[in-house]
Amino acid sequence: MLSRTADHLYWMSRYIERAESLARLVDAHYRMSLLPHSGATLSESLRATMTALHMSDAYAAKHEAVEPRAVFEFVSLDRDYGGSILSCLRAARENARAVRGSLTSELWVTLNSTWLDARSLAARRSANADIGQFVEWVKERSHLTRGVTIGTMLRDEAFHFTRIGTFLERADSTARILTAHQTDLMPGADAGTVPDPYQWSVLLRALSAFEVYRRVYRDVITPFKVAQLLILRDDMPRSLLRCCKEVYSNLKSVSNEQSAETLRRAGEMHAMLHFSRMEEVTAQGVPQFLEQFLARLRDLGDRIAYDFLVPPAEA
Amino acid sequence: MVGKPYDEMYSGATSVRAPYRRYAEWLSDQPAERLAQKRAEADALFHRVGITFAVYGQEEGAERLIPFDIVPRVLPLEEWIRLETGLKQRVRALNAFIHDIYHDQQILKAGVIPAEQVLCNSQYRPEMQGVDVPGGIYAHIAGIDIVRDDAGEFRVLEDNLRVPSGVSYMLENRKMMMRLFPELFSEHSIAPVDHYPDVLLDNLRSVAPTGVADPTVVLLTAGAHNSAYFEHAFLAQQMGIELVEGQDLFVRDEAVFMRTTQGPQRVDVIYRRIDDDFLDPLVFRPDSMLGIPGLLAAYRAGRVTIANAIGTGVADDKSIYPYVPEMIKFYLGQSPIIGNVHTWMLRKPDDQAYVLTHLEELVVKEVHGAGGYGMLIGPAASKAEIERFRKQILATPERYIAQPTLALSTCPTFADSRLAPRHIDLRPFVLSGRDVSIVPGGLTRVALTEGSLVVNSSQGGGTKDTWVLES
Repeated sequence: MLSRTADHLYWMSRYIERAESLARLVDAHYRMSLLPHSGATLSESLRATMTALHMSDAYAAKHEAVEPRAVFEFVSLDRDYGGSILSCLRAARENARAVRGSLTSELWVTLNSTWLDARSLAARRSANADIGQFVEWVKERSHLTRGVTIGTMLRDEAFHFTRIGTFLERADSTARILTAHQTDLMPGADAGTVPDPYQWSVLLRALSAFEVYRRVYRDVITPFKVAQLLILRDDMPRSLLRCCKEVYSNLKSVSNEQSAETLRRAGEMHAMLHFSRMEEVTAQGVPQFLEQFLARLRDLGDRIAYDFLVPPAEA
Repeated sequence: MVGKPYDEMYSGATSVRAPYRRYAEWLSDQPAERLAQKRAEADALFHRVGITFAVYGQEEGAERLIPFDIVPRVLPLEEWIRLETGLKQRVRALNAFIHDIYHDQQILKAGVIPAEQVLCNSQYRPEMQGVDVPGGIYAHIAGIDIVRDDAGEFRVLEDNLRVPSGVSYMLENRKMMMRLFPELFSEHSIAPVDHYPDVLLDNLRSVAPTGVADPTVVLLTAGAHNSAYFEHAFLAQQMGIELVEGQDLFVRDEAVFMRTTQGPQRVDVIYRRIDDDFLDPLVFRPDSMLGIPGLLAAYRAGRVTIANAIGTGVADDKSIYPYVPEMIKFYLGQSPIIGNVHTWMLRKPDDQAYVLTHLEELVVKEVHGAGGYGMLIGPAASKAEIERFRKQILATPERYIAQPTLALSTCPTFADSRLAPRHIDLRPFVLSGRDVSIVPGGLTRVALTEGSLVVNSSQGGGTKDTWVLES
C-alpha cells in the first residue's frame, strides 16, 4: 500500500486512541472531584498528569491556576489547543478523510460522525456542560471505532498499520500515566506511608484497571501489584507488555526489506517485558524504568516512520 | 424569442406524462410532513457519509453539501435508447477526431474545420503529435451535457472530455433514493446504475500498455482540499484501486512507480483527475506541485496509459463544438442522432453582426469558460453588462460564441417546501475502452433558483436521481 496511506492510517488510530486516553484521564479526575475532601490530592494529581503529558505550558499560557474545572474544559474542548480531545477527534477525522478510500465506509462514517457531533457539542455547550457526559461519550465513540475497525477491515497492511498506531499510542499513554504517579510506585511505598486511596482510584480508573485489579489479585491495593498489573501482565489490555506484544506482531506482518532492525528492536522490547520480574523493575527504580521505556518507544516510532511511512523530513 | 419550457412531468396543467404517471400518484398520496422529514433525513445522511465538496479557505470539516432534490427525473426507455445511440455515436466521432488531429490531420486537409481553429487552440498539445495511445482512445470518460428544448428535442449543450466529474453524485443519489423511498423501487422497474465502477475499471484495464497482463490502475487526485475530492476517493474505493497524489508517484527509466510500504511498485494506468497543465512540471506548468516530473516522457514512450489522454481539451473547446456534427459525418459517414444547439461563432463577420444586434436575447459564452462563469445571459442581463460584453466581443471576437437562450426543460422540484418547476439538464457518462458503454441515465442537475438556467453546483445548482424506466 501507499506509504502516505499507511501514514494517515497510523495517525488516524493514534489520535483516536489519544482522545480515549485523555477522556479516561479526565473522567477519573472528574469522578475524584465529586468526592468530599479531594481538593489538594486532585490538584496535585492534575499537575503531575499535565506535566507527564507535556500539557503544562499550553495550559499555563491560558490559565493562571490549576483549577479542576478549567483543566477539564481545557483538555476536553479547547479548540485552539492541538492536544485537546476535540483537536484529536478532528485530527483523526482529517487523517481518515485523506485516505477514506482505504477505509471501510462504516469506519469512515463512524469517524466522520464522531467529529461532526463533537463539533456541534462543543459549539452548543452551556457554561455548566456536563464534562462527565462528554468524556463518557468520547470513550464510547472510541470503543465503537475500534469495534468497527476490527469488525469490518480486511486483515491487510491497512489494518496492521492502524493497529500499530493504536498500540504505540496506548503504550505511550500508559507509561505517561504511570510516570505521573511514580512517587506512589516507589519501592517502600508499600511498607511506609499508607497509599492515598484517591490516587489509586484515579490511576486504575484512567487505565480501566480498577475492576481488573480486584479480579486478578482479590486483595488490597498495593503499589507493587499495581505496577505489576500495568507493566508486566500479558492479559491486561493496557499494560506495557500487552501493547508491545501487539506492536511486535503487527509489525511482523508488514515487514519489508529495510525494516529488520526496527522489528528486532520491537521484539527486544517485547522480550524484555515478557521475561522481566517485577522485583527487577523495582530494583532499577520505576521512574528510571519508565523514562527508559518512553525513550525506546519514541525510537521505535521514529524508525517505523522511516521504514514504512512518510518520514518527518519529507512530510 | 424564448418559448415556453417543456415540463418533464406535466404535459398540461393537470395531465401527467406517461413515464411519471405512477410516481405522480404516489406523490399525491404523500403527506407533506413525511416528505419534509425525508428531505431532512437526506441532508443528515449526506453530511454523515461526507458526500460533500470542499470549500477553499474554510475550516476543516466544513465541507458543503450539493443540494439533493427528492423528486426524480424520469426517462422512458425509448427516449433513453435514442439518447444512448446518439451519445455513443458522438463520442466515437470525438475520439476519432482527437486521434486524427494528433496524427494525419485529414479533417483539416479536407477543409472541414479551419486548421488554425485547431492548431492555434491553447488546448492543442503539440507534444502529443504522432503519439500512439492504446486502442486509439483519448476520451475514456466523457461527460456530455444534454438539454431538452421547448420542442421536447434533446440537444448536446457541451462535451466534457478532460476530467468530467459528477458521477459519484449519480451513484449516491440512487442509493439515497432507495434508502428514503424503497417502495418506489418495487413499484417501478428502474435500470440500475451501481455497476458503473466495474465498467470503468474494466475499461481502464483494457487500455493498459500492450504486454501488461495484470495492469495496476491508480486514481490521481490533487488531494483532500480539491473540491471534487469526495468523488476521487469514492471511485478509487469502489474500484479497489489506490488513490494517489503526485508526491506518491515517481518516474524512473521512463516507467512510473508508486511509493509503497513494500518499496516502489509499477503503475500501468493512471486515471487522472487533474488537468493537463499540472501533470508534469518538466513539460507543462513548472510551478505545479501536483504533478510527476518525467510523466510525459514515460507516456510518450508508451510505458503508461493516462486516462483521459493528454490533449483532449482540443475537442471539447466551445470553438470546436459547432463542428462536432461535421465530425460525425466525416469519420462515421452518419448523420448526427442528437443535434447541437445552434451556435454563432463571433470570429465570423456575419455571425458577429447578427449577435451584436441581438445580444439581449442570446447567451454569449467564453470559449474557454467553464462552470457557468464568463457567460452573458442576455434576457437576464443589465444594460451595463450587455455593453461590457459588446466591448469584449469587438476586442477579441475569437474568444466568444453565442447561442439562443434555451428554454431548458423543467422538472418539479422542492423549493421552500413547495413543489415548483425548475430548469434541469442531464450529464450522462460515456465510457470508452474495450467498447463504448453508458450506464443508463446520468447526473441530472437542477437550477434551484426560480427562472435560473445555471445548473452548476458551484453556482447554487442541485442534483436529482435519474431514472430510466425499463418498462
